[in-house]
Amino acid sequence: MALPTYASPLERAWYYTYLVICGVVFLFLIAPILIVIPLSFNAEPYFTFTPKMLTLDPEGYSLRWYDTLLTLGHPTPDAVRDSSWWSTVWERATWVQAAKNSFWVGLWATVLATTLGTIAALGLSRPEMPYRRLIMALLISPMIVPIIIIAVGMSFFFAKACVAPDSAIGAIFGVFLSDKGCLANSYLGVIVAHAVLGIPFVIITVTATLTGFDQSLIRAAHSLGANPRTTFFKVIMPLILPGIISGALFAFVTSFDEVVAVLFIAGPAQQTIPRQMFNGIREAISPAILSVATILVIVSVLLLAMVELLRRRSERLRGVTPR
Amino acid sequence: MAEATQELLTTADGRPLKAALAAAQSRAKRRAFFLVLPLLLFIILTFLVPIGYMLKRSFEHDGFASSAPALVAWFGENRGFDPADPPEEAYAALVEDLARMQVEKTTGMAGTRINYSVPGSISMFKKGAREAKNLTPPFRDSLIAIDPEWASPALWRGMASASHVYTTEFYLVASDMKLNDHGWARGEDKERIYLYLFFKTFVISGIITVLCLLLAFPVSHLLATLPMAKSSLLMIFVLLPFWTSLLVRTSAWIALLQEQGVVNDLLVGLGLVSDEGRLTMMYNMTGTIVAMTHVLLPFMILPLYSVMRVIPPSYARAARSLGATSWTTFRRVYMPQTLPGIAAGSLLVFILAVGYYITPALVGGADGQLISNLISFHMNKSNWSLAAAIAGMLLAAILALYWLYDRLIGIDRLKLG
Repeated sequence: MALPTYASPLERAWYYTYLVICGVVFLFLIAPILIVIPLSFNAEPYFTFTPKMLTLDPEGYSLRWYDTLLTLGHPTPDAVRDSSWWSTVWERATWVQAAKNSFWVGLWATVLATTLGTIAALGLSRPEMPYRRLIMALLISPMIVPIIIIAVGMSFFFAKACVAPDSAIGAIFGVFLSDKGCLANSYLGVIVAHAVLGIPFVIITVTATLTGFDQSLIRAAHSLGANPRTTFFKVIMPLILPGIISGALFAFVTSFDEVVAVLFIAGPAQQTIPRQMFNGIREAISPAILSVATILVIVSVLLLAMVELLRRRSERLRGVTPR
Repeated sequence: MAEATQELLTTADGRPLKAALAAAQSRAKRRAFFLVLPLLLFIILTFLVPIGYMLKRSFEHDGFASSAPALVAWFGENRGFDPADPPEEAYAALVEDLARMQVEKTTGMAGTRINYSVPGSISMFKKGAREAKNLTPPFRDSLIAIDPEWASPALWRGMASASHVYTTEFYLVASDMKLNDHGWARGEDKERIYLYLFFKTFVISGIITVLCLLLAFPVSHLLATLPMAKSSLLMIFVLLPFWTSLLVRTSAWIALLQEQGVVNDLLVGLGLVSDEGRLTMMYNMTGTIVAMTHVLLPFMILPLYSVMRVIPPSYARAARSLGATSWTTFRRVYMPQTLPGIAAGSLLVFILAVGYYITPALVGGADGQLISNLISFHMNKSNWSLAAAIAGMLLAAILALYWLYDRLIGIDRLKLG
């Protein structure tokens, strides 16, 4: 909004105040995220800039907090860093284990949420869908209902959701469940919980993409002799793919960032990065947390860039179709 | 004439057109529904059923009912007994049960159940159970000799009520009600922690919503009125926090606001605050409000922005050309058009704030805790039914707000980024 030429001096003053206010809000939004990056290179165990850091003295900066990410939980942190040392890091280091857990849980939760969510979104966007409003409200509700309520409900229910290890179901699913054959304290339990939390995001993004989708294309494909599978993979999928991928990214980030459900339903084996951070902040807070935070900020910058590219591609694609 | 037209309207294979259409429509309906069905079943099994199970737990506690069979049987036969003066046989049943609890080690379970409605009874149960096998008739007098509270009408009311597995007591306890000698009544003012915390949670959520609105309004306006290229660039400032881990943002605020943190160092460095007078902005209510406002701000900016984006600037120009001052133009022409965005953003932020857990748990200290943290506290103390009852009350409040959101804005208009 440029200032019109007829603006009075008072309006001019207000306009510049307004710009300053906006600047302050942008600063408020971004400063906390940017501040963790230099702080994570602190040479001292403080959460603030030391005088040495302020004078840009190289001695004030170090990679020691990044190093603790590798050595925490390592049986011989000070040994020579040969290949066996590094393989121990891969097998034993606490943060590396947490990262692996977060990644796998996030991946499977995303696959589950995206598959089920995309198919459901296709049904929801059809004009004939019965009870659409009610079902939509139910499917979005994991995003609205406080996570603590979901976590409490799941912790009660998953402790009871058990199969006998020697039964037929136990033989198939036993490896995914806890030692007692329950969903509680198991990877499957955490994956299911995270999938539930990711589903609203998939539904929202995919139905949003489908609102610009020309339903007559489906009829056209059918009339040209395509079966439903071909229609989906050759006609629908390429057009809504940006929506699916950004929904999947949302689902992945939701899982990757989720800590409350993990705290309530996971066992000690399912240590994830957010849980490790949560415990770290609660107990002895050290700049090691900030070095993890820095890595996560870089990850989110990459994800954001990806989503933006997808969104633009989707808008371009939709620009071609009528409506 | 009408009959003739109806006969004409048939499909190629001779079926009435109306029936054929209905069949085709219901087939299409079924097809759409079958696409949604797998997810619906998944959500029912992993989301609705657990929450239903939690609600069932909020009405259920068998700690006393399962460990005091003699007394449960006596209560079953004597429904109209006078809690102010139970007969000797009731005391005999009680002593029998106390002796059994000591053997079966269920005293804690039973005492805990009574303790919810009659605080302090758990220690009485422990002491009574230890002595039970040495007690001699008349049991009434020998129990009173241990602790006169054994004759308290409140205790007998509590035990009679706890002899049922299903109860609404946890909702009463979560509404700060206490069992006294005459029945359920409001607890004393200083004991009213639950409703007070609900009230506080709503007030803090309201404050956060207003702060978010005040911060979001100018920014959304700027983003909506700038040329697309510039606003896309500035949008990063909104979307990056949105995509950044909540724990990253929370730990960043700890780094910024704690007593030895960046903001305090800056203030001391500028000489605005003395070294001893460092501000306490973390581990209290201020910390919770600041960090949560930051976390929830994008949820206000995004809906506001999407509404402001489509407001035609010509309306404001028309108002100005008709002689309105810039303030009048804003108040009478621009602002009313942003109301849908304000409603959507405010409700969303408020709903999310009311149920917030992580940020208050990490930066709230003692006085910045919200209702979610209390649920977690009772879960950790194994007060499952009470935790479930508080969660049930929170859920009711959230569902009411969700219904309002659907009514005013419509959930299918919820957008992300």
